[in-house]
Amino acid sequence: MPLRKWLERAQALPGSPSAARVVVDVTDWLAAAGDVAAAGGQLLALWGANVPAAGDARVRAALVHESGLLVLELALPATDGLYPGLQSIYPAASRMQRAACDLSGITSDDPDQRPWLRHAAWPASEHPLCASVMGVEAAALTPDDYRFQSVEGEGVHELPVGPVHAGIIEPGHFRFSIVGEKVLRLEARLGYVHKGIERRFQELRLYEGHRLAARVSGDAAIAYSWAYCQALEGLERVQVPPRALWLRALCLELERIQNHLGDLGALGNDAGFAFGLAQFSRLKEELLRAVQLALGQRYLLDAVVPGGMAVDPGVAGIASLADCLHHIAGESLNLRNIYDEHAGVQDRFVGAGAVAPELARRLGLTGLCGRASGQEGDLRVDAPWPPYDALAPVKCVQRGGDVAARVSVRFDELQVSLQLALRVLEQMPAGAVRFAMPVPAAPAGELGIGLVEGWRGPVMLALEPDGNGGIARCHPHDPSWQNWPVLEHAILGNIVPDFPLINKSFNLSYSGQDL
Amino acid sequence: MLKTLRTIAAVGIVSEPPPEADLALRVREALPAKVREVLGRALAIRHVDAGSCNGCELEIHALNNPFYNIEGLGIRFVASPRHADLLLVTGPVSRHMALALRRTFDAMPDPKFVVALGDCGCTGGIFGENYASCGRVANVIPVDVVVPGCPPSPVQILQGILTAISTTPARGVAHGP
Repeated sequence: MPLRKWLERAQALPGSPSAARVVVDVTDWLAAAGDVAAAGGQLLALWGANVPAAGDARVRAALVHESGLLVLELALPATDGLYPGLQSIYPAASRMQRAACDLSGITSDDPDQRPWLRHAAWPASEHPLCASVMGVEAAALTPDDYRFQSVEGEGVHELPVGPVHAGIIEPGHFRFSIVGEKVLRLEARLGYVHKGIERRFQELRLYEGHRLAARVSGDAAIAYSWAYCQALEGLERVQVPPRALWLRALCLELERIQNHLGDLGALGNDAGFAFGLAQFSRLKEELLRAVQLALGQRYLLDAVVPGGMAVDPGVAGIASLADCLHHIAGESLNLRNIYDEHAGVQDRFVGAGAVAPELARRLGLTGLCGRASGQEGDLRVDAPWPPYDALAPVKCVQRGGDVAARVSVRFDELQVSLQLALRVLEQMPAGAVRFAMPVPAAPAGELGIGLVEGWRGPVMLALEPDGNGGIARCHPHDPSWQNWPVLEHAILGNIVPDFPLINKSFNLSYSGQDL
Repeated sequence: MLKTLRTIAAVGIVSEPPPEADLALRVREALPAKVREVLGRALAIRHVDAGSCNGCELEIHALNNPFYNIEGLGIRFVASPRHADLLLVTGPVSRHMALALRRTFDAMPDPKFVVALGDCGCTGGIFGENYASCGRVANVIPVDVVVPGCPPSPVQILQGILTAISTTPARGVAHGP
């Protein structure tokens, strides 16, 4: 059955203008997933739905197709049966299925049955999203036993790195199998910063959840809090004032600019060019100060709120922010020239950590990294939500797939986002920035979807109300889920000392995927 | 090369003076002033993210930018806890990180300071304590100085670090041995 037939059967969901759901049986589950793949689509997220009563477990898969998001929902048999995993169609499904097993107790037929997010903090028999009460016990200070895939052969040895890393970064464990300095295999183990976010959502009211959403991955706070509010405002049938939507877009582009500036400096530094870090970190600081002047805070973790925005820049703030953006646009062009002409930097960037477009497609590489490997997805263009339907940004795509390509995409997107932010500052409609939210009325059983292209890639948030103003279930999804496994391919055949550079060029979230 | 030099010359020096110590941030008085005086001259910091959302890390990075120029104050971030005098901890401590944090603390030579950073490090923040989170840093290792904020600004972080090594004892806190 072609994709069109599934879309005809699907019902539009509140929240994102491009999301729809179709409830399927076991046969259709695999058929629909295969049809979306045949039409060039990809798996975005897979998670266990809220369980209102025992024996009512459901698994959901969100699939991105060329014009939006199709959510498949499969009710699981009451007996403890396995559901068919999607790992043979979408390799990225594997870790999501393992996580759904850890948290919701639903098990796929994937041969890899190792835990993913669960270490020693709770036993395999417990499922935090099912248990009505799960105690707060003393800190588990015992390491657990995790079976890494081992590589054997003469001269092969293992190099364990982490969870605490040498720099100022998030924790995770990397197990390298190497011969000399050459990497034969890398296997990551994450879940170290799992702090029970999905369980915590269930303790919050619907109108409080945006604050937690912003802290799923603090470097993408706008993307997550916007996705949360989009889902919530859809569920409550609330229209947000136009100025608030434009302000959200401004903040989302500022978040992209800040992260790209930070990464471009760090990438220069990792290639031994400290000048790059000094200059880009200076520009980033100038921007943060201009943002504080215009919007009151350096990092806007609590700016996006249900019903609109908590901040509204004055005339002077807008003018100084615009000046700063113009200034960064000029300076970063000059710095790009310096990077491009620096033989030492280019020697490290070109060819390092390459992911060919065909491999990227098969593994589902997404977002910024995907666009550096010829995968052209960008929700702002493909499935625009207001005000991106009016802003119509251009996509920045490269096909090289190496560190140099990921640097290029950042330089290109930096310029595009600077121009977008300037346009928003110029053309933003006047008026209110926040409407009061009504008493929550969304009934239990509804599903709202928020879908936003954050700076790393697509951020999705699935929100289920409990019918009493509380949250029955909230699943946030970070694009890092898709991209972490691809990093393990990118490093193959490279040398260990290039790993920090390659890893930084992906700059994936630990907190966003550990939840 | 000429372009690089020209850019450096055009930008000039943007570094700003550091903030004063704020003794209200000090919650524990474990080390005598003499030790702090010695460590204050060249301080080595080991950072551990024990469960943070990565927001605090963005502002720790900013300490290294030319405006705050933390290395210019004789303070630098090091790769091993064995080289460190001060442990800078972010996040609520996830139960999966509790062991690694404890081991990092144990690996540091005495005398040593611990600074807990951000609302989560100070109180557990919005995450609190649950099946996967131990809450505030002080629930897992002893803490000398707390720096609230979500995230705290670079000036506030710098102030917390300088408070840890400042030689004035906090009011109402007993002197160390």
